[in-house]
Amino acid sequence: MAKFRGAVVVNEERCKGCDLCVVACPCDVLALQPKEVNNRGYHFAYMQNPEKCIGCASCALVCPDACIEVYKTTEK
Amino acid sequence: MEINDIIKPENCVYKKPTLLNDTNMHYCPGCSHGVVHKLIAEILEEKGWGDKAIGVSPVGCAVFAYKYVDIDWVEAAHGRAPALATAIKRLQPDKLVFTYQGDGDLAAIGTGETIHAANRGENIAIIFINNAIYGMTGGQMAPTTLLGMKTATTPYGRRVDLNGYPLAISELVAHLDGSCYVTRQSVHTPAAVRKAKAAIIHAFENSMAGKGTSLVEIVSTCNAGWKMTPAQANDWMVEHMFKKYPIGDLKNE
Repeated sequence: MAKFRGAVVVNEERCKGCDLCVVACPCDVLALQPKEVNNRGYHFAYMQNPEKCIGCASCALVCPDACIEVYKTTEK
Repeated sequence: MEINDIIKPENCVYKKPTLLNDTNMHYCPGCSHGVVHKLIAEILEEKGWGDKAIGVSPVGCAVFAYKYVDIDWVEAAHGRAPALATAIKRLQPDKLVFTYQGDGDLAAIGTGETIHAANRGENIAIIFINNAIYGMTGGQMAPTTLLGMKTATTPYGRRVDLNGYPLAISELVAHLDGSCYVTRQSVHTPAAVRKAKAAIIHAFENSMAGKGTSLVEIVSTCNAGWKMTPAQANDWMVEHMFKKYPIGDLKNE
């Protein structure tokens, strides 16, 4: 069976670290940077477990600042 | 499969709509306003209505909506967005005219304008963000504040004998003959965001078709005003707000 593989690209400067994408992610992919901050001082989101991403775009749908781009493909 | 093999333009399934410009939004982290702005930009872009749309922005947190969504906007005096939208729609009937208002604007100072615009059946869409608080001015009690809810001006909770009951605007508007579509949505989960998008599309189509006034109420969070984290605010909204403001269509003609 073909397996969906996804990846997200977070616009780090636009991200406000609200944590909503982390809560919405069904596969536990995203997390907030524990130490690094962007220019505005927010702990931005990043892919902590990139291999688990299925490209469902749940994170991007709930993101209030539209800073997540989602890519999806099938693994052959 | 490496990450770089997945991140290719042909695999892109979701990205920021181009009508939402690159200006950083002034909203607090996790604010529902951002999601609704994004939905409006997405809808106008997907349907190709960007050139036809005229938005009327309110006074309140969304006062700078014209800075973020790249369409024509008019800034109304406090609460007067439906009156201004009436004028615009009557002068330019082929345009898609919508207002974007919060509960302090639509349900407090602008109650008269809202109800009379809906009663006249003006062909406008009203997007109503209900977060049960005055967010911009520092979290004071709004007409939509729930009973017992603590705000800056009701520090011991809202009381019936002192402050009256919460005002459910959507139920009021649904009773009027001029309104054609009244619905209540939220944007706290991916599924809810999809439903809210469908509701806004329907409201915009009604405005274009001249069927009457459409009201889309979005039950939202104000995590800064409620003194919670964004995730806690979503849970609090599901637990408390949905009892007084149940999600679903109230009228669809």
